[in-house]
Amino acid sequence: MTTDGAVLHALAPELERIAEEPYYHAAGGEAALFEAAAVKRLPVLLKGPTGCGKTRFVEYMAWKLRRPLVTVACHDDLTTADLVGRYLLAGEQTVWLDGPLTAAVRAGAICYLDEVVEARKDTTVVIHPLADTRRVLPVEKRGELVRAASGFMLVVSYNPGYQSVLKEMKQSTRQRFVAIDFDYPPPEVEAAIVARETGIAAETAEALVRLGGLTRNLKGQGLDEGASTRLLVHAGHLIAAGVPARSACEAAIGRALGDEPDIVASLDDLIAAVF
Amino acid sequence: MSRFTVAELRERVDRIFYFDVSSGRSYESLIDALALLPRAKQDFALHWAAVAAQTHLEIGYLVILQAAEALRRMAPAAAEGWVISALDAYDASGIRAAVARLRDIDGFLAASGEPGSRLSLAAVEGRLARFLQGLSGRPLRVAAGEVPWTDTETVFVPSGIDAGSPEASLAAYKAIVGLLWGQTRFGTFNADLEAAFTQAAGEPSGERHDRARNWFPALEALRLTACVARQLPGLGRDMAVLTADLPTDLPGVREDLARPEATVAASLDWLSRLLDRAPPPGGLRGEVRPVAAGRVRSERIGRDTEILRKAIAGLMAALGRQGAGDDTMDIALETGSLEVELSVDGQVVSLPPEGRAAAESLVQDLGLIPPECMTPAGPGEWKPTDRQDPGPTATMETHADALYDEWDARRGAYRRQWCHLYLHRVAPGDPAFVVDVRQRHQPLIRQLRRRFEALRGEDRILRRQPDGDDLDLDALVAAIGDRRGGAEPGERLFLRRSRTERSLAAAFLVDMSGSTKGWVNEAEREALVMLCEALEMLDDRYGIWGFSGWTRTRCDLYSIKDFDEAYDDRVRGRIAAMEARDYTRMGPPIRHLTRLLARQPARHRLLVNLSDGRPDDFGDEYRGHYGVEDTRQALLEARQAGVRAYCVTIDRHGADYLKRMYGPAAYTVLDDVRKLPLKVADIYRKLTS
Ligand SMILES: Nc1ncnc2c1ncn2[C@@H]1O[C@H](COP(=O)(O)OP(=O)(O)O)[C@@H](O)[C@H]1O
Ligand SMILES: [Mg+2]
Repeated sequence: MTTDGAVLHALAPELERIAEEPYYHAAGGEAALFEAAAVKRLPVLLKGPTGCGKTRFVEYMAWKLRRPLVTVACHDDLTTADLVGRYLLAGEQTVWLDGPLTAAVRAGAICYLDEVVEARKDTTVVIHPLADTRRVLPVEKRGELVRAASGFMLVVSYNPGYQSVLKEMKQSTRQRFVAIDFDYPPPEVEAAIVARETGIAAETAEALVRLGGLTRNLKGQGLDEGASTRLLVHAGHLIAAGVPARSACEAAIGRALGDEPDIVASLDDLIAAVF
Repeated sequence: MSRFTVAELRERVDRIFYFDVSSGRSYESLIDALALLPRAKQDFALHWAAVAAQTHLEIGYLVILQAAEALRRMAPAAAEGWVISALDAYDASGIRAAVARLRDIDGFLAASGEPGSRLSLAAVEGRLARFLQGLSGRPLRVAAGEVPWTDTETVFVPSGIDAGSPEASLAAYKAIVGLLWGQTRFGTFNADLEAAFTQAAGEPSGERHDRARNWFPALEALRLTACVARQLPGLGRDMAVLTADLPTDLPGVREDLARPEATVAASLDWLSRLLDRAPPPGGLRGEVRPVAAGRVRSERIGRDTEILRKAIAGLMAALGRQGAGDDTMDIALETGSLEVELSVDGQVVSLPPEGRAAAESLVQDLGLIPPECMTPAGPGEWKPTDRQDPGPTATMETHADALYDEWDARRGAYRRQWCHLYLHRVAPGDPAFVVDVRQRHQPLIRQLRRRFEALRGEDRILRRQPDGDDLDLDALVAAIGDRRGGAEPGERLFLRRSRTERSLAAAFLVDMSGSTKGWVNEAEREALVMLCEALEMLDDRYGIWGFSGWTRTRCDLYSIKDFDEAYDDRVRGRIAAMEARDYTRMGPPIRHLTRLLARQPARHRLLVNLSDGRPDDFGDEYRGHYGVEDTRQALLEARQAGVRAYCVTIDRHGADYLKRMYGPAAYTVLDDVRKLPLKVADIYRKLTS
């Protein structure tokens, strides 16, 4: 389609490079495992509840391995084109724009598909040839087979607790990955993270972590999940900004976790017990 | 309204206690009790006697006999609470407790007080239960009791508290459950208390022994309030009311018991020094009952030990360490506060969730993990306890596969864990049945399959979209033309693929009650065959269950085809083998299938019930209103869980109760059994297209 002799352009999105070391408190051998997988060009699956540090870990690893990072939050309207790319119109020409996955494949970046099971099944099949020894991405619309640059690494995350109800990760997909388990860190570590992220006093961080533990006990009793590290960090930020601890927790934890008045009341009871 | 005459009263009382019209003295005394009351009170007494009599006739009698006194002393709303508390007492502890509750109007009033400031347990039960779950992380039930105490698995609290305002009453409830949780968490039962009382008193029973027993809860309240306050200052503040009444001249006691190192031994140490003084009344602190608690506790310890051993053995096997001959392994269990960490040969490994829960529970009970958990025994030593969760009421209902609440419309409240559901597999019968049905209905099956095929989700291409997967070349060419001609080009230049995904899970629940014997049962089975034959054309997940039962203690659910099972010979054999059995208690199977459906990975969930009549069970209580209302409630719960329910019935009188249960437009009444096989698949198709 080169009317008027115009040239066909190809565009690529810019890729993020992480310049400063992200703060990540390691739980155990996960960094070493990830590095080994990177060396051996194996794709990685991060399993764990939401808000427990998976994204932060990937950012940290991208920094450590000095690779660009492309993050895609998956959702059920995500189409293959959203990942791979599409034609755009510019003036009278059609211009191809690489999607984030294609861009990462070409540039040798880490591509992180967050909550991969949220995406439709027909969307995720495009990652299959990338996740085995072929390491290629077929871009059907252009009739192109993009070979992954050597730094390319596919990382996906999923939350087993949540998805067992509605979504399942197909065996054919998950068997391609090296899996790393994530969970909320042990109390002392979690308190250190919350204190470090928000700048609140150690005792306040400990109290927040204790509250987190109590809400996690309610999992399945009206709550799908207890408070994540992320929510504790949020509450800590509010406290650091001068909000009284109870109000901060009610807003950042109680209201964030539950909608039903009964459940919210119970969460408030737990908050009142801790502070 | 004028008051009922004696004759009218006789007639109404007869209707309630219909089988017992004989002229016994108690009967006349019922009439006497009612005759002089004003009409409104007569109405109250008769209504609530009728309600209560459905649970137990004796309770009905007593309601009438006591109604005058009760209504003289409290408002009707409070008197309703009085009857309901008796019915609860019956459910929990039997007829004697119910009778005692009705007779003790004083006690009821003392626990209730002015309307507005009194908080009844019923109003906060769920909230307290969740509070406890949050605090303890292991199941700790809440129930009403005469005085506060715990057997370490259930905390008993007053059925009502009046602390002057609802807020103060709630705080008092929290303080009590906080204390009782504290007893289980901070080791109150970690000593041989009876022996300690005897030692302190110098006698195995008698006054000094009683004093020791009664001082102990007060001392523990001091210690536990301090323990709790260290971790949970907010709750600690609420708990201060528990010890506010203790004498101030107990030199050194408060300080000593508030030490972080103080254990139950510290409380026991003080006992001998306090025996010259009369112990304070228990009040909100209630009692400590070592024997009952000890029994429950040691049962739990045994159970948890077993679970943990099994979990560790499973882990060892997974690590390739199975077999008693392997003595190179070095296992260690590290216990932090409550967190338990297992390491093998210095490597930390993670326990499965049930093992971790058992380990944490053991640490709460014992402060450590018993060494026998770590004996690396071969798999042969494990008792095959396959039931992972023995359930909170394991004492009574050991074998049920699931327990479900039931809605009691007369009381306007749930009866907790009331129905015992058992899951069964039907042994496959003669597959010839299915072959025969297929042959007889072949043309119809072919037609159904064609229709079902048309339902299959397919990719559709939407043209001229503002955004999409691909360029719409036609639109593009037109736009370029427009532009050249100077017109404003259109912007909808894309194609979008839209998949009409069905994503559907359906459960079929088939009535196997005695009333279906014969034609109905046969028609149901034929209907299932037709349905399966048609459904094979789709990707819908579907399962089939039959149900029946006999009273709330035996509700049976027969699995014919699970969601992930293929429609194969075994399933066909099971369909053939479905047979008419007993009664139709509908709530428990509906609640169970709702739970199963909720787990299905599908966007739409459907529960289809095939039945031949109204909910029905042995005994008068369930039959009629009660059964219909509980079924309605179960279906409301289903809807809340995102499950749409639909009923296909052949009961021509069904319309009255079906509308109440399922709501309008959610059922079909067939006027002829013979239509059932032809209709069910068709109805399903309509429901899902
Ligand atoms: N190990 C950790 N080190 C540093 N911060 C962490 C860690 N775990 C959790 N966090 C904090 O929790 C927040 C949420 O973590 P995130 O990585 O976004 O969770 P996830 O991707 O698992 O949903 C982070 O922004 C960070 O503040
Ligand atoms: Mg994330």
